[in-house]
Amino acid sequence: MTEIERFALDYLPVIIFLGFALALSCLFIIGSFLLAPSNPDPEKNSAYECGFNAFDDARMKFDVRFYLVAILFIIFDLEVAFLFPWAVTLGTIGVFGFWSMVVFLGVLTVGFIYEWRSGALEWE
Amino acid sequence: MEVIAFWILAVIVGAAAVFVIAARNPVHSVLWLILSFFTSAALLVLIGAEFLAMLLVVVYVGAVAVLFLFVVMMLDVDFVELKQGTLQYWPFAVLIGLAFFAEIVMVRTVGVGTRLEPSPGADSNAEAIGQVMYTDYLLLFQVAGIILLVAMIGAIVLTLRHRPYAKRQNIARQTARRRADATELVDVTPGKGI
Repeated sequence: MTEIERFALDYLPVIIFLGFALALSCLFIIGSFLLAPSNPDPEKNSAYECGFNAFDDARMKFDVRFYLVAILFIIFDLEVAFLFPWAVTLGTIGVFGFWSMVVFLGVLTVGFIYEWRSGALEWE
Repeated sequence: MEVIAFWILAVIVGAAAVFVIAARNPVHSVLWLILSFFTSAALLVLIGAEFLAMLLVVVYVGAVAVLFLFVVMMLDVDFVELKQGTLQYWPFAVLIGLAFFAEIVMVRTVGVGTRLEPSPGADSNAEAIGQVMYTDYLLLFQVAGIILLVAMIGAIVLTLRHRPYAKRQNIARQTARRRADATELVDVTPGKGI
C-alpha cells in the first residue's frame, strides 16, 4: 500500500462526510435554481420595509451586546479546545496534569461567576 | 503526490490572502479570509498536525471569522471613506511583513536538516501536545487561562451597559409572592369608605 493510499484510508470517513455535504449542498442550490419559479420585477427585487419605502441602508448600528455574546462564546470555545489534548493524555500526565487543568478551569470559573453576577448573560 | 498537494494548497492560501486585502467589499475580504483559514487547515492535515487543523477550523472559521463577518456586515461605517488614506500605512505594513519573513527564514535556517515532527513521541498530534502542555509548559498554560479571564472581564467591562428603565420579569419574586402580601381584606362600614 502506498503512502497516499494509507493517507486516503485514514481519512475515509472525513472524505465520505465531505463528499456527502458537498453533494447535498449542491443539490439544494441546483434544485432551488431549477424548481423555484422566478419572475423578477423591479418592485419585487427592491428592499422591502413593511409598507413604506426603505429609510436607509441595511448597514445600521447594532446593539453591542450581540458581540458581547459572541466574544464570550469564543472564550469558552477556547477553553474547551484546551480540554481535548488533556482528555487524551490524562493517563500519562498523571495527578499533576489533572490539577493543572483544574486550576486553569478554576481561573475561568472566576470569570464565569463574574459574568453571571454582572448580568452579562441576561438579555434586558 | 504530497508535494503537488502542498503546492496547490500553498498557491490557494497565497491567492486568498492577496484577495483579502485586494477585495473592494469587506464582506468579500472576510470570505477570502475564511478560504485561507480552511486551506491552512488542509496544509496542517498534510503535515500530520490534525489536531491543530481541526482547531483552526473550529476556532478561527467557526468563531473568529464569523465574528468578523458579523462586525463587517453590521457596523455602521462608510467603506469608501474607510479605504481612503490606507496607503499612508505602508511603512508599517512593510515592517510587519519583513518581521514575519525574518521569522520564517529563522525557522528554516535553525531547523535546517531536522525533520519537524508533527507529533513527537506520540500517536497523534493531540497527544503530543497534551503530554507537554499541562506539565512542562504549566506556566504558559496558566498564563493562557489568565489571558482568557482578562479578555472575558475586559469584554464585559467595555460593552455591558445596564438599562434600569428596561422592564423585566423577576421569576423568583413572582413565584415567592403570596396572596397575603398582595391583598388585604378590609371591613368597610356602609356609607363611610375606608
